[in-house]
Amino acid sequence: MRTIIRKFRLYWPLTKSLQTGLLLSTGLAGYMSARCPVMHWYDFLGLGFSLFLAIAGSTILNMWYDRDIDAVMNRTHHRPLADGRVTPPEALRLGVVISVLGVGLAVAMSPLYGLIVFAGLFFDVVVYTLWLKRRTCWSIVWGGISGGMPILAGRAFGTGHIDGIGILLALAVLFWIPTHILTFAMRYFDDYQAAKIPTFPSAYGLQVTRLTIAVSSVVAALSISAAGILIGMQWGFVRVLAVLSAGLMLLAAATVFRPTERVNFGLFKYASLFMLSAMILLSI
Amino acid sequence: MKITLLDRLLLLSTGFLATWQVAVGINGIDTLPMIAYTVGFGVLLLAGLLLIILGFDALDSPVVVILSTIIPLSLSLGLVWEHLAAYRTLYLVFAILGFLVIVITRSVPMKNKLPVLVLAVVHGIAGMTIFLLPFLLAFTGRAAPSFALVGLGGALIGLGGLLLSFLKAGKPILSRKTILKILPGLLLLTTAAFVLGFSAA
Repeated sequence: MRTIIRKFRLYWPLTKSLQTGLLLSTGLAGYMSARCPVMHWYDFLGLGFSLFLAIAGSTILNMWYDRDIDAVMNRTHHRPLADGRVTPPEALRLGVVISVLGVGLAVAMSPLYGLIVFAGLFFDVVVYTLWLKRRTCWSIVWGGISGGMPILAGRAFGTGHIDGIGILLALAVLFWIPTHILTFAMRYFDDYQAAKIPTFPSAYGLQVTRLTIAVSSVVAALSISAAGILIGMQWGFVRVLAVLSAGLMLLAAATVFRPTERVNFGLFKYASLFMLSAMILLSI
Repeated sequence: MKITLLDRLLLLSTGFLATWQVAVGINGIDTLPMIAYTVGFGVLLLAGLLLIILGFDALDSPVVVILSTIIPLSLSLGLVWEHLAAYRTLYLVFAILGFLVIVITRSVPMKNKLPVLVLAVVHGIAGMTIFLLPFLLAFTGRAAPSFALVGLGGALIGLGGLLLSFLKAGKPILSRKTILKILPGLLLLTTAAFVLGFSAA
């Protein structure tokens, strides 16, 4: 039992629990947006479990492949793979098993849902991590597409097909991801430089990056608000979403016109809070 | 000054209360006051969240003066629109012009006292409206007695605005430390008074 607990404690950081949790919440919200107020608990639990496994599995595979980068960067050198507490073959096995379990369960639940979950994993691990991340700063677009897959998958599982609202929700996540990743790329600019990872700040400069964050924040806020209205969200919740969107736009504008380290990282935190709040509003 | 756990809890409670008010709205009112109240409580919600995330240093931004004008202007506009039908258009014009003039005088560097004067006039009229009108309506029986709580909220937010304005002007009534210590509690009390008062309406 102690060994299991010790291993769990060792493996848990490999899943980037906060990021996985946030993406999982988008998938559950996508499902709830289609099924609320009628919901089947066994479907809901299956969805949560399969998505958690698939997202955590792809994250572990991502961390397995990027262990050399993590070892160089100050922010990540203490991660279990980078500092040698978990061996690469062990992490690879874990990542593959969890991913296969997640996708397998998803396919068993619904082939369409499974296909979208698989697409998310493929875009994240193969296209983003293995192929593009070390080559171009535009890799974040593919990272964003894979990030949009859980909410699309959840919605498709709820409705039985891919619809415009699902695509709009996926677009919202796709455009939210630059806000999340690029504020990080600016904060840890030196780390990414040391690891020779191309980022927007290193390729286009800080001002263009800030502008990109501002534009993508506006598009993300508009997409999610439009999706909320199309879903038939209650007007009270639409008003709350509008207020939170205004906050996101305000902070994004502040990073362009009055950039400081505090505002930049404040936007990063607010963007996460915005996404989580938007998912809760879509779900109720 | 560093933001404490208690400050965060008070600000979070402010955010939750404001969110609740925005979500439930107020029954049976026109679109314009609904938008006005949403804007007012929306700014209170964002103020709570941004102070938690950015800390008290956020108050040093010049944008704060502009944003803090929105709360009294929007809430007073909603009140006038609902309860003083004869003054609707006049007050709407005043609210829009007042806000624009504050934005301009705070954005363009000026050496005279015009920005302070404009701020005092606009805040003064809007603040007195939120403070006096609910009391008047409650005491004359045209609204429920607990509607007077909106006036109390107006007085509290006026007090907060006054403390911050003098602090930013370099002539603080209380020390910066004291003001920042009471600010989260003041914001929560203000929001609670508004929410309770409007629920009576």
